[in-house]
Amino acid sequence: MADLLKVSDLETQFRTREGVVHAVNGVSFDLKEGETLGIVGESGCGKSVTVMSVLRLIPTPPGKIVAGEAIFRGKDLLKMSDEEIRHIRGAQISMVFQDPMTSFNPVLTIGRQVAEPLEIHQGMNRRQAYDRVTEMLDLVGIPKSRDRLNDYPHQFSGGMRQRVMIAMSLVCNPSILIADEPTTALDVTIQAQIIELIKELRDKLGMAIIWITHDLGVIAGLADRVLVMYGGYFIETAPVKSLYATPTHPYTLGLINSLPRVDSDVQCRLESIDGLPPILMEKPNNCPFAPRCTYVKERCYQENPMLMETSEDHFTACWVDTLTGKERA
Amino acid sequence: MGRFILRRFMYMNVVILVVSMITFGLMHAVPGGPFDREKALPAEIIANLEKRYNLDKPLWQQYLMYLNDVFIPQFSKTAPTSNLEDDALITFKVSGNLWVRWMNFGPTFSSRSRTVNDIFRQQLPISIQLGILALTVALTIGVPLGILAALKQNTIFDYLGMSIAIFGVSVPVIVLGPLMIWIFGVTLKWLPPTGWGTKPPYILGIFPSDLSWSFWRTAIMPAVALGLGSSAIIARLTRASLLQVIREDYIRTARSKGVKESHVITRHALKNSLIPVVTILGPMMAALVTGTFVTELTFGIPGMGKYFVTSITNRDYPVIMGTILLYAVFLVVANLIVDIMYAYLDPRIRYD
Ligand SMILES: Nc1ncnc2c1ncn2[C@@H]1O[C@H](COP(=O)(O)OP(=O)(O)OP(=O)(O)O)[C@@H](O)[C@H]1O
Ligand SMILES: [Mg+2]
Repeated sequence: MADLLKVSDLETQFRTREGVVHAVNGVSFDLKEGETLGIVGESGCGKSVTVMSVLRLIPTPPGKIVAGEAIFRGKDLLKMSDEEIRHIRGAQISMVFQDPMTSFNPVLTIGRQVAEPLEIHQGMNRRQAYDRVTEMLDLVGIPKSRDRLNDYPHQFSGGMRQRVMIAMSLVCNPSILIADEPTTALDVTIQAQIIELIKELRDKLGMAIIWITHDLGVIAGLADRVLVMYGGYFIETAPVKSLYATPTHPYTLGLINSLPRVDSDVQCRLESIDGLPPILMEKPNNCPFAPRCTYVKERCYQENPMLMETSEDHFTACWVDTLTGKERA
Repeated sequence: MGRFILRRFMYMNVVILVVSMITFGLMHAVPGGPFDREKALPAEIIANLEKRYNLDKPLWQQYLMYLNDVFIPQFSKTAPTSNLEDDALITFKVSGNLWVRWMNFGPTFSSRSRTVNDIFRQQLPISIQLGILALTVALTIGVPLGILAALKQNTIFDYLGMSIAIFGVSVPVIVLGPLMIWIFGVTLKWLPPTGWGTKPPYILGIFPSDLSWSFWRTAIMPAVALGLGSSAIIARLTRASLLQVIREDYIRTARSKGVKESHVITRHALKNSLIPVVTILGPMMAALVTGTFVTELTFGIPGMGKYFVTSITNRDYPVIMGTILLYAVFLVVANLIVDIMYAYLDPRIRYD
């Protein structure tokens, strides 16, 4: 299938008082029509900045996209005019954010907020838009949706709000939905419901999804392909089965070992990765994970490994073969 | 909301009662009396005067008499006369020959031919008009200036706007007023240097019934002089609040939907950022209406300020009491209006 979105060498930095933060350091990925891509990584590794750069939603200043391109349906999102990208946001690529409590405007009704993309991108008037909004709210499972159009966000529970947020992002039938940790702020049972809902909607509407999370468990059943991010780099990318069956990067191994397993016979302790993720004030000459890595070799401190194909369609940025513990040839 | 307003009106009665008690107490606790002169009056005359104004009675009795005159509507079978003792602020006919008189604030010690109510009818409206106009000036300058400074943060607009704001707060009316009179009134002769362009009767006892160009010409300088300092406060608050709102998650959400940048501000940020501004309007309104003294003096406006200030030095008890009570009512009502606006702006706030 054709590439819907092709991001290459994307680099985003923040100029802060303390210096330049290299948040995203030349990442590339592509997304096919209807595909679901998972991006995993610890807090602060650059997941949000990556996707927000694609839609140019980075606050500038201090943020700046310094290099790269993002080709969407043949046009570079990073080069088009402000007006052009505005017509893509919410219409063809839309976002769902982490915190449904703060992501709605508290002084506008739900109806108005959900209808807004329709009014902007499809020129609907309020009445037409509200009909469509009602349909959409029904679809995401808001009971008595017509009566709730004039309610304000604070009158909904967290889970319900996230459903409304999903309805709002899908109301114009976008071809890409970017979900930035949409379940992190919700409690566990609600999380599962939201994930089920998104799966259902994906089957019905067929949009491609970029799903950001720091929980490998969540995307196991959801994604086609997973990108593991660390310190502003993708350090392992693979189809979901391959990643779980044969994780190759020490960091991914650590992430997977820190997941509780139900199929394990023996009671074993969950492992954790020692140390903190880096905030990069300059581009490193070494592997950014080296200080926390248990497989670390001399070379890891001398050269930063780039992604290399270790098996079919499975890429890893590591000098060490974690199966044998030896340096790669 | 109806219940809330009702509750607030009941609460207002309590406030007024407490204020009246404190004022009455303090007023009499201060040494000196209304008939002290540089050259002392003969004791008999003072005794006579005190008797006439009931000042010879015990304090608690004076207080109760005052409450009775001011708070309790008096029914009577006779039509009101033009007698000074008969001058109630509110007088109306209930039926055939039954009349109600309410709020008799009593005589003023400084004039034998005027009552406190005369001052309320003739001077107080002017001060309130001046206060309202000053607040209008403060808002129409402050809010746009604050928005501009926030949107152009750290640019020349921001610095210029905030410099004007600092200038506004730091230059007092007593400097700004004469300066304006000298420039616009005396040198350029664009505006009349002094005076006030309306006369009683006033609509609802407050609003001018004869609005004309000459009114605005006299009003503009004092309103600006009085309102400029407050406009600076509003500008700074608006700026800070808008800058904070622009960083909120829901603004990012709006952008992610493809909302135009101008609409992000007008539809998504503005209403939220005005909430803190509205909360200071109550106290600000009260401060402007009660703080007109210097402005009135500077611009020769026949308002309340002079009477209020001199009544205190003269121990003109009825004027002190009446003015403070009316200002208290005004303050409570202004805060009530603010609370209603607050609920209208922020749907999370519900009072019942
Ligand atoms: N507005 C900003 N100003 C300065 N630095 C920023 C800004 N936004 C992000 N960063 C930096 O960019 C880096 C990546 O942030 P990002 O928000 O993408 O992390 P994340 O992977 O999404 O984490 P989380 O799981 O917590 O959402 C962080 O180190 C952060 O310090
Ligand atoms: Mg994030």
